[in-house]
Amino acid sequence: MAVIATSGIGLATEELSFTYPDGTRALTSVSLEIPAGSRIAIIGQNGSGKSTLVRHFNGLLRATTGRVLVDGTPVGRRHVADLARLVGISFQNPDRQIFSGRVRAEVAFGARNVGLRGAALDQRVNGALEAVGLAQQADANPYDLGFSERKLLALASILAMGTPAIVLDEPTTGQDANGVQRVKDVIGQLAREGRTVVAISHDMAFVAEAFERVAVLRDGELVLDDTVNEAFGEDNWPILESTYLEPPLPARLGARLGLGSTPTTAAFVAALVARSGSVG
Amino acid sequence: MSLVLEGVTYRYAGAATKALQSVDLTLQPGRVVGLVGSNGSGKSTLCSCAVGLAPNAIGGTLDGRVTIDGLETSGTPMYKLVQHAGILFQDSATQITSGASSVWEEISFGPRNLSLPRNEVIDRTWRAIDALRLTEIVERDPSRLSGGQAQLVALAAVLALGPRYLVLDEPTSQLDPLGTRLVGETLAEAARATGVGILIAEHKTDLLAMLCDEIVVIASGKVVARGHAREVLADPSMHEWGVSAPADIALREAVAVAELEWQSEWL
Repeated sequence: MAVIATSGIGLATEELSFTYPDGTRALTSVSLEIPAGSRIAIIGQNGSGKSTLVRHFNGLLRATTGRVLVDGTPVGRRHVADLARLVGISFQNPDRQIFSGRVRAEVAFGARNVGLRGAALDQRVNGALEAVGLAQQADANPYDLGFSERKLLALASILAMGTPAIVLDEPTTGQDANGVQRVKDVIGQLAREGRTVVAISHDMAFVAEAFERVAVLRDGELVLDDTVNEAFGEDNWPILESTYLEPPLPARLGARLGLGSTPTTAAFVAALVARSGSVG
Repeated sequence: MSLVLEGVTYRYAGAATKALQSVDLTLQPGRVVGLVGSNGSGKSTLCSCAVGLAPNAIGGTLDGRVTIDGLETSGTPMYKLVQHAGILFQDSATQITSGASSVWEEISFGPRNLSLPRNEVIDRTWRAIDALRLTEIVERDPSRLSGGQAQLVALAAVLALGPRYLVLDEPTSQLDPLGTRLVGETLAEAARATGVGILIAEHKTDLLAMLCDEIVVIASGKVVARGHAREVLADPSMHEWGVSAPADIALREAVAVAELEWQSEWL
């Protein structure tokens, strides 16, 4: 995959609060540190403030109070064009960002805007299309693609920009098993390149398998921020339940069998194998 | 009385290949049939054919027959068909009327257009709102909802039409786990209490395992498997068809691969 290797950058919010112009308070004093090169999933109910939170990282929304730091600098002091080079955001609804008449042109748009030209641009575009499995459809009209493919196209457009931090708003929505695997592979590749990945998701199994950390929002407040193992561990179930989230099945079963925290199928099976080995 | 697809082959206008080939499917009142398959396998096309949108509204050529309680969809105008079968599109943004000034107006749009008595319109609208717990947002502008809220509002609007058959194309794709559970319970209750027949295309097989009487699997426009929900979902070929197994079945498989014994009391 020819996505450019760049090192990640840190993102942070300090007591960030945000109120929409109509008076809806969406975030209350959220302090979240996302270290450079880490993979963090943001989970919570619909309307808990997840999308509002991530839109602060590229200046789409500006804090009502508190601060947002991108690579250590407050976003208020950065130009939106600078932020676009640092943080790429793929929206929940791909149709909010797709506008070109050809898949290839769509993917090239952002990359060109961050200064790529010629062979470097082509290489970046092809790499991104390959990564999401749309290389065959490079000349198609985006609106001839199905919804799940348009989601992958939006992801490719962000990948092609080569930003050191990437934010994905519900990247697996509408994806079949293969599509989910593709998204996991892309995130794995970004992680190997040292880029910072932030994703919003409702799919707890995907969260457990593809991320290192989990942040939980409830009514605009950050109520949990921990490693995947800890966040889905038994001690934190009451917090998850308080916002109607359920840990993935392997985590629940692992706890019941006294295997410790086993948030993924692989972790569950490994713990089971270890125990049967020590018993047998 | 059923919604029946008999040997349905469908080709989109101008398309080189057939989107559906010889599909047979029967949806009886009060039953819930799940439709699974990879993206591009023909699930959405099948949904459009089932309610008559294809070919009536979107063109293309349909061979075979689709009948809704004996009424053949080909040649029957849409305004008649919508009184029998309702459809929820995959992208709810395309469903919201964009003319309604509030969520309440949006949900009542369908019943009002059926020329029902005023009290019946009000009653149906509130029932759909209560079922999907949308009371808090009834006054909101439908064009300014979150993805998940818009999906619930679109579903409520279709429920309020009170169709005998409901065709749902990935109705929970934008929903959080609570919303997904709520939709599952609402649909199960609707099938039980009102006898509506439901065809539901979904990737969330955990939901389908709980909700469906029957599962139909399609690949490249053809039905490749069908039967009792949990038995079909446990079929090892599911991976090949791009369908994830429900979490408990996947876990059982992984335990078997590690050559350990699964204890039935674990779940």
